Amino acid sequence: MRQGFTCLLNNSMAEIKLLKGNEAIAHAAIRYGADGYFGYPITPQSEIMETLMDEQPWETTGMVVLQAESEVAAINMVYGGAACGKRVLTSSSSPGISLKQEGISYLAGTELPALIVNVMRGGPGLGTIQPSQADYFQAVKGGGHGDYRVITLAPASVQEMADYVALGFDLAFKYRNPAMILADGVIGQLMEKVELAPQKLRRTEAEIRKECPWAALGRPAGRQPNIHTSLELDSTVWEQYNIRFQAKYKAIEANEVRYEELYCDDAGYLIVAFGAAARISQKVVEIARKEGIKVGLFRPITLWPYPSKRLNSYKNKVKSILTVELNAGQMVEDVKLAVDCQIPVTYFGRMGGIIPTPQEVYNALKKIVNP
Amino acid sequence: METIIKPENIVYGKPRLINNNPMHYCPGCSHGVVHNLVASVIDEMGLAEKTIGIAPVGCAVFAYKYLDIDWIEAAHGRAPAVATAVKRLNPDKMVFTYQGDGDLAAIGTGETIHACNRGENIVIVYVNNAIYGMTGGQMSPTTLVDMKTATCPYGRNVALNGYPLKITELLVPLEGTCLVAREAVHNVAAIKKAKKMLRKAFENAMAGKGTSIIEFVATCSAGWKMSAGQANNWMVENLFPAYPLGVLKDRV
Amino acid sequence: MAKGTVEIDTARCKGCELCVVACPTGVLALGKVVNAKGYYFAKMVKPGDCIGCAGCGYVCPDACITVYKQK
Repeated sequence: MRQGFTCLLNNSMAEIKLLKGNEAIAHAAIRYGADGYFGYPITPQSEIMETLMDEQPWETTGMVVLQAESEVAAINMVYGGAACGKRVLTSSSSPGISLKQEGISYLAGTELPALIVNVMRGGPGLGTIQPSQADYFQAVKGGGHGDYRVITLAPASVQEMADYVALGFDLAFKYRNPAMILADGVIGQLMEKVELAPQKLRRTEAEIRKECPWAALGRPAGRQPNIHTSLELDSTVWEQYNIRFQAKYKAIEANEVRYEELYCDDAGYLIVAFGAAARISQKVVEIARKEGIKVGLFRPITLWPYPSKRLNSYKNKVKSILTVELNAGQMVEDVKLAVDCQIPVTYFGRMGGIIPTPQEVYNALKKIVNP
Repeated sequence: METIIKPENIVYGKPRLINNNPMHYCPGCSHGVVHNLVASVIDEMGLAEKTIGIAPVGCAVFAYKYLDIDWIEAAHGRAPAVATAVKRLNPDKMVFTYQGDGDLAAIGTGETIHACNRGENIVIVYVNNAIYGMTGGQMSPTTLVDMKTATCPYGRNVALNGYPLKITELLVPLEGTCLVAREAVHNVAAIKKAKKMLRKAFENAMAGKGTSIIEFVATCSAGWKMSAGQANNWMVENLFPAYPLGVLKDRV
Repeated sequence: MAKGTVEIDTARCKGCELCVVACPTGVLALGKVVNAKGYYFAKMVKPGDCIGCAGCGYVCPDACITVYKQK
């Protein structure tokens, strides 16, 4: 019944459902053939584990779902599962993600694939349960200790919440690196129509051993032990590991940048925004275009690797850029770097769980159009 | 004499799963003996190809260098959480953690108690020498009252540091534990007894009977600043009264 | 005629003396020569008294003793 189980009939085809973003993550994980989920409740993402427990995938696909005693335990369960070559994920919201950072650093240091979902709420500290994007820095600039990167995907719809589970796992295994879905409370709680992919089979142990020869699944006679550690006392050796990590990050930067452009072809101004801020900004673009302002929306989908090259190509096309963020201005720094600070880049946002209205953003846009 | 040295006359040799890497442990360290026992039990049960060990942070951090099985090196204290997932995702495997008193009874207390309380089908090998060896001999949760360490140079002071933590006793009432025992490896009789207990623990894990924890009261001659032989005597005189050997719980 | 004997991996031996303490017949002692790591390693000083009990092997943390017993 566990591995290789022929899935239940009702999951064997793609299916359209009305779901919350958080629920979509859960369904997508089951249908992707994930092996395990380990989590700890925290608002505004508790529906992910609730949905998984309700679906009882251990009865169908054999997926393990476990409520851990803490976020720290949950990420270390993910670390253990990943070391066995299993497709494992965890989810949390900002304060819980802070607790997971040590484990994410270990995943990066041992080059293990895993998926981490952060449905962000306002910080710092215990903050608020309302939506935020204030963990941008934490996600794309390191988060934990050491020189490492996490592939960071920013969904802006419930459909993308579902789709990026598969994309996140695919990229994590392709590069043996942790991947994160960086959503905000809006996308987690929002209900939308979503097309769920057909059920995939979980990999058998034989398939995992073949596809992931590094997996710690027990050492057959004749093979060297598979050892997952990020400890090396010889600095000359550990520097070589670090050099290899950096080369991998360069390859990810070269191959895996994703973004979306709306009304950018003839744009004189650009709004750059991701997640919920991009959805609000889309409305702003429509309002502005009706008023005759030629503004486009550039939406980074991978926050790391950041679409810097593509953004750079706009520095001779647009007069000015506005970043819209649910934080105090974090991504704005990467936009300035992307355009080499050669055109004005302005930030507008709200903090602490407040979601700006399209009108507020439009007013901010007008200020850069007519300074 | 030469006639005795024949393979069929071997009555003791290096366990087959112990490789030729020289162990980094100090001379006479109990860890080596416990490693040998774990290696022997895995081999004798025919589990070499099914076993995944979870190494701690502490002196045994390099356990993975010496036993030729698959290993996962956990973050400090998190081995029981790591083992939980490995076992749940691979129910037919043998999964054990190997942890010291700092790892298991200080930073990893939460993971220890909850893995035991869930009754994870794993073995916890707990080596308690009442001190942090790897970092240079600091106070651990199991350091005895008045015992001197680098961070309690005048002796452990109850008013300041509280009492030695008998975490093994705390695990006894948990419904998830099936075997809780305290052993030592200071002489041949103790070693043979400990090995039997360890084997029982491994059998429990494979039979899905719940969590087995075997504590090894152990020496740290470097941390205690004495010879290996003296350390064994000091352990018998001082640690055994605080951490008495024996089976604390056997539900099987 | 000794009933047993031991072989000691002198390169692995750290000279902890636990085998010396464990030997019931006083067969073992530390020598006066050091190995590559600087340890005075264990050796048989009264080989004729070895009974092949394997006590030294069990207590050796570094698994450097192989014990043989005449059957």
